[in-house]
Amino acid sequence: MQTGLEDQLGLYQTRIPIFTRSVKGRFRRFKTSVLVLAYAVYFCLPWIPWSRLDAPAQAVLFDLPGRQFLIFGLTVYPQNIIWLALFLIIAAILLFFVTGLVGRAFCGYFCFQTVWTDFFIWIERAIQGERPTRVRLFRQPWDREKVIKVGSTHALWVLVSFWTGLSFVAYVTYAPQLVLDFFTGRAADAAYITTGFLTLTTYVAAGLMREQVCTYICPYGRFQSVMYQPETLAVHYDAKRGESTHGRAVVRVGRGIVTERRRAPADTAVAVERRQTTMTTGARALAERHEQGLGDCIDCGLCVQVCPAGIDIRDGLQYKCISCGLCIDACNTIMDSFGFPRGLIRYDSESNLAAATQAPPRLHWRGLKTLGYGVALILMSGFLVYSISSQDSFDRAVSQIRQPLYVVLSNNDIRNRYQVRITNKDKHTQTYSISAPDFSADALDLGGFSKISIKPGHSGLVQVSVRLPPALAAKTERFDLVITPQGKPAEARSESVHFDSPSRRP
Amino acid sequence: MSEQKLQSQTVQTTGHAWDGDLQEYNNPLPTWWVYTFYVTVAFAIVYWTIYPSWPVGKGWIGGASDVTYVNSAGETKTHSWNTRALLVESLNEAAAAQKPYFDKVSSMSYEQIAKDPEMNGFIISAGKSLFADNCAACHQSGGQGVVGFFPNLADDDWLYGGSFDKIHETLVGGRRGFMPAFSEVLSGEQIDQLAHYVASLSGVGHDASKAATGNILFHNDTAACFYCHAVDAKGRKDVGAPNLTDNIWLWAKVPAAQGDAGKVAAIREVIGSGLNKGVMPAWAGRLSTEQIKVLTVYVHELGGGQ
Repeated sequence: MQTGLEDQLGLYQTRIPIFTRSVKGRFRRFKTSVLVLAYAVYFCLPWIPWSRLDAPAQAVLFDLPGRQFLIFGLTVYPQNIIWLALFLIIAAILLFFVTGLVGRAFCGYFCFQTVWTDFFIWIERAIQGERPTRVRLFRQPWDREKVIKVGSTHALWVLVSFWTGLSFVAYVTYAPQLVLDFFTGRAADAAYITTGFLTLTTYVAAGLMREQVCTYICPYGRFQSVMYQPETLAVHYDAKRGESTHGRAVVRVGRGIVTERRRAPADTAVAVERRQTTMTTGARALAERHEQGLGDCIDCGLCVQVCPAGIDIRDGLQYKCISCGLCIDACNTIMDSFGFPRGLIRYDSESNLAAATQAPPRLHWRGLKTLGYGVALILMSGFLVYSISSQDSFDRAVSQIRQPLYVVLSNNDIRNRYQVRITNKDKHTQTYSISAPDFSADALDLGGFSKISIKPGHSGLVQVSVRLPPALAAKTERFDLVITPQGKPAEARSESVHFDSPSRRP
Repeated sequence: MSEQKLQSQTVQTTGHAWDGDLQEYNNPLPTWWVYTFYVTVAFAIVYWTIYPSWPVGKGWIGGASDVTYVNSAGETKTHSWNTRALLVESLNEAAAAQKPYFDKVSSMSYEQIAKDPEMNGFIISAGKSLFADNCAACHQSGGQGVVGFFPNLADDDWLYGGSFDKIHETLVGGRRGFMPAFSEVLSGEQIDQLAHYVASLSGVGHDASKAATGNILFHNDTAACFYCHAVDAKGRKDVGAPNLTDNIWLWAKVPAAQGDAGKVAAIREVIGSGLNKGVMPAWAGRLSTEQIKVLTVYVHELGGGQ
């Protein structure tokens, strides 16, 4: 109940360095493939060419000065801000949906903090060696070896951070030109500032702070905990199986097997007992342990050593756990080597672990909340896809000129004026015509030109005057203005606008 | 619990002891806080060296950064960083960005500008701000004017003509509208008869017999209205005499008047007292040639251009 209190006593506690041991297994493979895929996408995407008529030949370019996002064949204009909003809402709902099902999967496998930290740890291991070597290096004085190894690790981190920052900037400007300009000192100030800032933050977050970002800074990890249900699958230690009645017991290889009872679940006193056994591995050894009331956990501590958050999963579900599954890999490796069944640490739900008879862990997706999120997800994604695929080739905004609302002409005709702004979202220059089918052709006056030609991504402004005889004006409250792209009558769109006249004025 | 907390803490003291046993706990600030503080100090020092910082005597330390700008006299000046110079600089930039459009305006004819959609867009936005700054005080923001004071520029009736050239002429030279006060030469009854006649021209309810007499007065030398308003009462644009046969009223507050008698009274008022207030200032010299040209097209496009 009171876990975490001891942390609060040491508010300003310095970070205890974590040296993670590498591990092989399903979750490690999954994490590695996510990392490779994410890095491939992030670092290569700005370099994919894409030929365009009047924009840079870059497949993905967030052209801020040009006020357009170029994403392969799609051009997104500020008018499409709703797509961005929808995309972000979908991402949020997806997070809720997944978290309800399988816990903090985002934190453990997909979050960029996790991915970058993972890669930085990989660099650290490649240079400084496996966990024991790193611990030794950490403890040894600053000699030549330590300076070279630690120095080159940090140098490589800075390099990766720098390329991370530069790649980010490459999304907002033409990448080949940026790299050329950047190293010749001709790039924009914003490029240097952004790259410098991201280099610094990446280096600090993934190299120095690591799990502290998740523990102390990140709000997402915390609020995901709220979405957990008793049925949510999460990385759990099966305490019933691991501790049994008499607790964990170490297996010492070499002198046959010595089981050392460390801790009774009741946790009164730590009694140490040694028992000689003959069985080392396999089902018989397990049976022997069960006979003695010992749990399956051999207290090897590997699950703690591999944990990037530096926690002991056997203490139960805790907020520091990013649910990366590496302890599952570690435990399974040990279980395999002793011939014990796998899954002492596994993805399981709290309700199932607490049940008298445990069922095999499975996804509980039939809950109202999960189904609700799923339905919302499908609906919104469907709408987004529909909205993008069926977008109009142009945007229009018709606003009545309200100063004055109407003008009485010399023959008593009433004239209203409208400002029509047309934005061409097509890839080609397009000519538009404006008509008011409700009235005769001479009621509409577009000024000096009857058609307007607009370049892609640009807007054109037309003043439309509508002149009606008093009798017709008195009857007309609204009418349709139809904007038709030349040669594409199917894409014509009409806007209903208001018509004001003195007879209806309050 | 708090007692447990205190006991479990091993806080060091500062080492001083007063009165034998009075000691002070040493609770240093968190390291991150201290370093952040040092960083802000360093930032402040860098900031002082770049930007104006300390007052010295009557002046101040200007700092390392400066602003180079061209002032209104066309001289290039360099001054230590300040926002006024930056404003001048950005105003110059904005003017430079508009210059191609203004250049285009001066090289194109009115008809060409009106027919070019891109230039039209420029006229709508640039003309709107020029109009708001210079014209809207009298003619109102939409050019609708005020009956009894300022003519409506958005309708299709013009005192001096609504062609590009005429609007330009009005803008450059200004206008002075004048009508003599007829109460000095005509009797009250005659003015009333004239008012009924003018009302009849626009279809306002009137007394037919009075209007008939007014008709005679209008067309003979007693009142001699036809000198300016023309024989058909449709006005003369060369002298700015308005058309009396249409439904547009500028001076006589007919649209707002209640009932036929009120409307006739409004006309009578104008005939009796005359007008010497229709003054529009000349804009040549106040606005540049290009600005006047932009305004000409803008006013023309307000809806009434001919």
